Amino acid sequence: MQIALIVAGVLFCAGAVAALYRVIQGPSLLDRVIASDVFVVTIMCVLATEMALNHHTETLPVLLVLAAFAFLGSVSFARFMAKQDQT
Amino acid sequence: MSPESGASRITARSQIVLLIGLVLLWCLVWGQFSLLTVVSGVALAVIISLVFYLPAIDLSGRINIWRTIVFFLRLIVDIIGASLNVAWLVIDPRYKPSSAILAIALDTRSDIIMMFTAEAISLVPGSIVVDIDREESVLYVHVINVKTDEDLEKLRSSVFATEKRLVMGIGSKDDVWRVQQPNELTRSSVRRK
Amino acid sequence: MTWEAVREIITMGLVLLSSLMCFAAGVGLIRFPDVLSRLHAATKPQILGLMSIGAAIAVNNPRIGIFALLTAIIIFQGLTAPITAHMVARAAYRSDHLRRDLLIRDELSVSVEQVEQGAAVEDPDGDKR
Repeated sequence: MQIALIVAGVLFCAGAVAALYRVIQGPSLLDRVIASDVFVVTIMCVLATEMALNHHTETLPVLLVLAAFAFLGSVSFARFMAKQDQT
Repeated sequence: MSPESGASRITARSQIVLLIGLVLLWCLVWGQFSLLTVVSGVALAVIISLVFYLPAIDLSGRINIWRTIVFFLRLIVDIIGASLNVAWLVIDPRYKPSSAILAIALDTRSDIIMMFTAEAISLVPGSIVVDIDREESVLYVHVINVKTDEDLEKLRSSVFATEKRLVMGIGSKDDVWRVQQPNELTRSSVRRK
Repeated sequence: MTWEAVREIITMGLVLLSSLMCFAAGVGLIRFPDVLSRLHAATKPQILGLMSIGAAIAVNNPRIGIFALLTAIIIFQGLTAPITAHMVARAAYRSDHLRRDLLIRDELSVSVEQVEQGAAVEDPDGDKR
């Protein structure tokens, strides 16, 4: 049980660090957009894991808000890129 | 709204479906179906659909519940299988990137079927819709991990299978007839030489 | 209680699956060569990760309200993730952020050429590259 928890934590952290690396390193703006999306979903998964392990559901609305913001951010960036490209 | 009674009936029906969907979403977000949430949901839904007016969706009005359930179950199975596939691809050290962009001409002429087909094949890992030609209903799909022409044809037929399941679920009679024909009859005019 | 133990094991399995999916998304972001393939690695395993973690929460709090909210979150994510992927993919294709040497077939470029030849006289609305 404890070992499985540690493994899951390490995997979550590795995923988040990889996404952050791509945000910093990313050759183009679109790479950064994708990577920040991955980062937000990783945060959502970690929050949900904490809820599942501690048998409570207080942060469920936070998940909904995070999902909405990730979506709006990515879409507006993609539109901005398309606009910029036309000129 | 529009002078013809038929058109206005279709508009009213799709507006009602939209309203019910919005109220359901509101109740789901609150997590309860009490009088207060339903009433406030209806009020909000009316305000939203008046302020942010959307063009009416051309719903077919035909729904086959069993086929729709089959579609969703198959979608979930596809998501699970293909997610594991992509995860393995990421970790596999021998993986050589090779991808393709395919033009796939669908049978349907309905916007909503095309939209849901695009959503479904984008959700299933391994393919992303890059662009859509709405007039000819052609989807341009980016595929990962394809090496031969056989792989491409396999993906093409899986997209057609997705479309067929969806049309059997909620498509109009015309579309059902269209997907049941052999491919050469309905797609030859659209398919690129 | 045996039910408690079974529940713990199910929860742990679902959490592990979800963390594996997040890890795969991160590694895919680093390993894949261009924007379009990174999109594949990024957007897809997340849906499964979110679905499994949602199932874990539902197993631990079996109430109808929680179940409804989880369904709303997963449907929302499932509807919006393809839209994000499509918008980013379109912007990537139009601004040339992809490596064409990795494509074994590109049928979109053919039709872009056709459109450009056919509609060269008409005023292009800025959609064609």
